[in-house]
Amino acid sequence: MTRQDLLKKLGNKKLTDMFERMFEIRTFEEKIQFLFLEGKMPGTIHQYIGMEACAVGVCSALKEGDIIGSTHRPHGHAIARGIPSREIMAELYGKTTGCCKGKGGSMHIGDIKKGMLPAIAIVGGNIPVVMGMALAFKLKGEDRVAVSFFGDGASNEGAFHEALNMASVYEVPAVFVCENNLYGASTSIKKVLKIENIADRASSYGMQGMIADGMDVLDVYDKASKVVGDARSGKGPTLLELKTFRYCGHSRRDPSNYIPKEEKQSWKKKDPILNFERVLLEEKIIDKSGIKELKDKIDKKIEEAIEFAQNGPEPKPEDTYSDFYVNMEVPR
Amino acid sequence: MKLTIAEALRKAIREEMQRDETVFCIGEDIGISGGFGGAFTVTLGLEKDFRDRIIDTPISENGIFGAACGAAIMGMRPIADVQYGDFLLCAMDQIINQIAKLRYMSGGKLKVPVVMRAPVGVTGRGAQHAQCLEPYFISCPGIKIVAPSTAYDAYGLLKAAVRDDDPVLIFEHKLLYGSKGARSETGGVDASSEIPEGDYTVPIGRGVVRREGEDITIIGSLLMMHYSLQAADILKKEGISCEVIDPRTLWPLDMDLILNSVKKTGRVVIVEESPKQGGIGAEISAQISESISDYLLSPITRIAAPNTPAPFSPVMEKFYVPQPERIADKIRNLLAES
Ligand SMILES: Cc1ncc(C[n+]2csc(CCOP(=O)(O)OP(=O)(O)O)c2C)c(N)n1
Ligand SMILES: [Mg+2]
Repeated sequence: MTRQDLLKKLGNKKLTDMFERMFEIRTFEEKIQFLFLEGKMPGTIHQYIGMEACAVGVCSALKEGDIIGSTHRPHGHAIARGIPSREIMAELYGKTTGCCKGKGGSMHIGDIKKGMLPAIAIVGGNIPVVMGMALAFKLKGEDRVAVSFFGDGASNEGAFHEALNMASVYEVPAVFVCENNLYGASTSIKKVLKIENIADRASSYGMQGMIADGMDVLDVYDKASKVVGDARSGKGPTLLELKTFRYCGHSRRDPSNYIPKEEKQSWKKKDPILNFERVLLEEKIIDKSGIKELKDKIDKKIEEAIEFAQNGPEPKPEDTYSDFYVNMEVPR
Repeated sequence: MKLTIAEALRKAIREEMQRDETVFCIGEDIGISGGFGGAFTVTLGLEKDFRDRIIDTPISENGIFGAACGAAIMGMRPIADVQYGDFLLCAMDQIINQIAKLRYMSGGKLKVPVVMRAPVGVTGRGAQHAQCLEPYFISCPGIKIVAPSTAYDAYGLLKAAVRDDDPVLIFEHKLLYGSKGARSETGGVDASSEIPEGDYTVPIGRGVVRREGEDITIIGSLLMMHYSLQAADILKKEGISCEVIDPRTLWPLDMDLILNSVKKTGRVVIVEESPKQGGIGAEISAQISESISDYLLSPITRIAAPNTPAPFSPVMEKFYVPQPERIADKIRNLLAES
């Protein structure tokens, strides 16, 4: 689809919504980075800064009943899928008002009722699960699609290969979204992969492979809606590779000294939010004051989310025993 | 020289690699320049001296442990590690079906001298970066399991593990490493020791009495050993004298040491960071009651985590992990009752 057609198809409302979501992810992540470094937030965090176009582009192509699976780096996926920021924030603080009632934490953000499996922090771990969810949709004849997000690093796990092969063989309505940010923790993919494009791996499973520019939300949306549509209409699963980059460290206080400065700088020039903002302004979809209004709104929203989280109720210690077996108390 | 556990392990690995050219390390992010030196800095900088023998891998745990297994059979001495113990589960087939059994299945014709390293401990990361998996492996014949709680033991046990002809799994605790910089841990406990000049090993299969006492025996490894000592400090002020035993090796257990202590005190508490369900406490307790139940003045008592996954919230996490005060309370009550 040409850019103009795409813009027309999406319409002003959806385009600004997409921008808003991307900006919400960026703001959320920047604020918690600060809170974390100040020691106000418990646990560890893996952030999504720089990758916003991936989650928003894909999730904007989904419908209400669809479901996503995510990784140790789930905040962006969760916001893009529509889990309220305040519930994510409260989860990061371990409060009962969090989306997993404080049981999950940063690496397990999700809410099955809102279309997101609690994130799985075992690299590659969500891929077979998502394949199984898609299998259920097929067996039950439901008009739903399951989407797995994972990284370049995860594509070297056995779980990835087993799941993709099975998905292809059973022709399940799934999309496997590989966010290739060129590093798995500190390891450059050049050290651990002999091929250039992870999407090429699709061919070994007789599956469609596709590549999108993960820094361009419109390109991600365009390709994602095509392959989600394929899955929905029974044409089988796709491996969709998004070429992207994370500006932040892998986790916590990682200064990412293993990434050359020039590489970081060259990617920052392709910033997904700045670029999309430029497109929206050029196409007169929104004006400067509209952008400012929207950014102020998001800023306030995240500040409120922090307040909601910090002031939220702590669980009771004995809550450790709740939410486990469906029909049995935890034997003590 | 005073070293942290991370430093002591690094020194031991470096010396073993210098001593024996068949020793190599294989794992994720272990030798990337500008990187972490493994999740907790243990291999930091080693790649500068041993570029070919510090092997950075894709994220492929089954592959890593399979590689270690095959290389070991062919005469190498691999040290394979996971970033968090939880990921051992991704390599379970290689570890349990292959590494632990191949020698037996071959009728003793081959050996599998693999060293495996895995960080454990409940540390603010939620249920999948927290598990203390010792019980899973203790129930699998074929692997020796060690758990150093001091830098002295970490150094000596790592060397013993490398030189052992059988597979050895080393459980290390995230809060005891003393890792520095961006990889440091909140809530860490000082486990550093004076490391003597020159080479030494700590024998596999030998526990140690960390503190002598008369009234009760407390058994705990890794972080729980340190918390047991803290509980013993609390109780000492109240006139209760605790003997604290650090098994150091979890399989085979040093039962002589344990039984002698329990014969002396007549009471025993076993502290573990994993769920009570099917735990190490169950194994130790069964062995005690099988051989010296006559000596017991009160029931064998286990203090363990709840039979649930580790929760994330700090409030629940503190409840989940046995704390020194809880250990002291339990012991106080036990002595009051009997
Ligand atoms: C099975 C498993 N192995 C190792 C890890 C430790 N770890 C967490 S994230 C990560 C890197 C993941 O890289 P990638 O899949 O590219 O995702 P990214 O972090 O780049 O988003 C590693 C090695 C893990 N969580 N699970
Ligand atoms: Mg990556």
